[in-house]
Amino acid sequence: MKAGSNLEKLLSKGEFVVTGECGPPKGTDVEILKRKAGYLKGNVDSVNITDNQTSIVRMSSIAACKIIKDMGIEPNMQMVTRDRNRIAIQSDIFGASALGIKNILCLTGDHQSFGNHPTSKNVFDLDSIQLIQTVKMMRDEGKVLGGDEITGIPEMFIGAAVNPFADPFEFRVTRLAKKIKAGVDFVQTQCIYNLDKFEKWMEMVRDRGLHEKVYILAGVTPIKSVGMARYMQKNVAGMDVPESVIERIKGVGKEKCKEEGIKICVESIQRLKKIKGIAGIHLMAIEWEEIVGEIVKSAGLLPRPSVN
Amino acid sequence: MIVAERKPLDEIKEMTKEYNKILMVGCATCVTVCMAGGEKEVGILATALKMAHKMQKKDIDIKEVTVERQCEWEFIEPLKENMKNCEAIVSLGCGAGVQTIAEMYKDKEVLPALNTKFIGIPQEQGIWMEKCLACGDCKLGEFGGICPIARCSKSILNGPCGGSSKGKCEINQEIDCGWQLIYDRMKTLNKLHLLEEVASPKNWSTSRDGGPRKVVREDMVIDKV
Repeated sequence: MKAGSNLEKLLSKGEFVVTGECGPPKGTDVEILKRKAGYLKGNVDSVNITDNQTSIVRMSSIAACKIIKDMGIEPNMQMVTRDRNRIAIQSDIFGASALGIKNILCLTGDHQSFGNHPTSKNVFDLDSIQLIQTVKMMRDEGKVLGGDEITGIPEMFIGAAVNPFADPFEFRVTRLAKKIKAGVDFVQTQCIYNLDKFEKWMEMVRDRGLHEKVYILAGVTPIKSVGMARYMQKNVAGMDVPESVIERIKGVGKEKCKEEGIKICVESIQRLKKIKGIAGIHLMAIEWEEIVGEIVKSAGLLPRPSVN
Repeated sequence: MIVAERKPLDEIKEMTKEYNKILMVGCATCVTVCMAGGEKEVGILATALKMAHKMQKKDIDIKEVTVERQCEWEFIEPLKENMKNCEAIVSLGCGAGVQTIAEMYKDKEVLPALNTKFIGIPQEQGIWMEKCLACGDCKLGEFGGICPIARCSKSILNGPCGGSSKGKCEINQEIDCGWQLIYDRMKTLNKLHLLEEVASPKNWSTSRDGGPRKVVREDMVIDKV
């Protein structure tokens, strides 16, 4: 065991895992967070807490992780390199570990021009791959990046994101290989709507034997409306929403959009489950946490296994 | 070269409102090439500024001079004569030029008429693009001659990030993904295997992060006795 998190234990036992995601509130209202996290409890094995996603100021990931941990939910702390240099990053990792957080998702982060502080200065002292290296060095060598010895090792199960749909496509597998080389333990993918393309990517992953070196969790997000699908298709860089998916949602009429979105999501999970090398699902029900239980149940993934 | 852009006229007008006699200094090097602060631009700005003040019933006297290089003592020293008759200087040099004048002519206010943008090149007619961030530790040799620090919006050394789409950056469609360019170039050079290696965290101390920088060439320094 590298960190002994629930997620790590289940994956090492060969269980097909389910992780969820939760964005902290834009303020101090803990009840919002508790309500959202409550929908995920028991339905997923670990919950990603985003780190000021899309560069919008929110409650810190570390604090929100601690709050859901106290609710009995295992957090997966997202950390972006956009806002912190290597000093702050390592300090926060110590702090998170001291609070009992055992999973970290290493990200570069969205550019700040997307968020509510586009005039801010960014940091990007490290990139996501270098952040993986840093956490691994802290955990496995007991040293900070600068070389000093650590007193009290931060035991972290190291995660990262992968986007098979970004360009250049041929290089996407190499980038995963680099993350593995840097020391990543598990990866979660960008939301998958183009399953054919994803299967092709997984084939390339298997050709290099990478599926045996890292746990790959396939990302899914239920679509709520035609507008949402269209927005992701047109405005989110590196997202691949095929026209056929949009047509399908459109086809059922406005009242049944959500139902169809859930259906597509469940079908995707069932197809993804069959792909060799997929170790689990990362279910991102964005601002729709209450639907997670139904999706996981319909996909035949309940009850969630226990580690004991 | 240094690429700059002229400030809006209103801003320059506001800066100069308390003065009646101005020395306007252009620079014949970088900012002439990027058409922001050469002799021609000095002429245009002087006329426009006079007119702008005139509309507020204020007459100002502007003496126009363009020096070869505003960032070198020997080229701005001849401005000494003109200094006597002016109350303030409006510089159309880059940030280095403005500060060179300020350092030499300590009793006169120097006002910048340009915004210094970046080190770059005239990409095509009327378009200048950033190429170098002057990080002080050039790694262009490792990335096929395309700088990830300057050309990637996140300066990542192990790109491209998940926001690279159809050759463009996630920020907007106007920006090429620097890492797509690196990938394409390395492919052409048959050196894609080099991108399999993880690039370690960068030493930023050679960049601005190490504090204001200077270069000392001991072999060229003349000892002051």
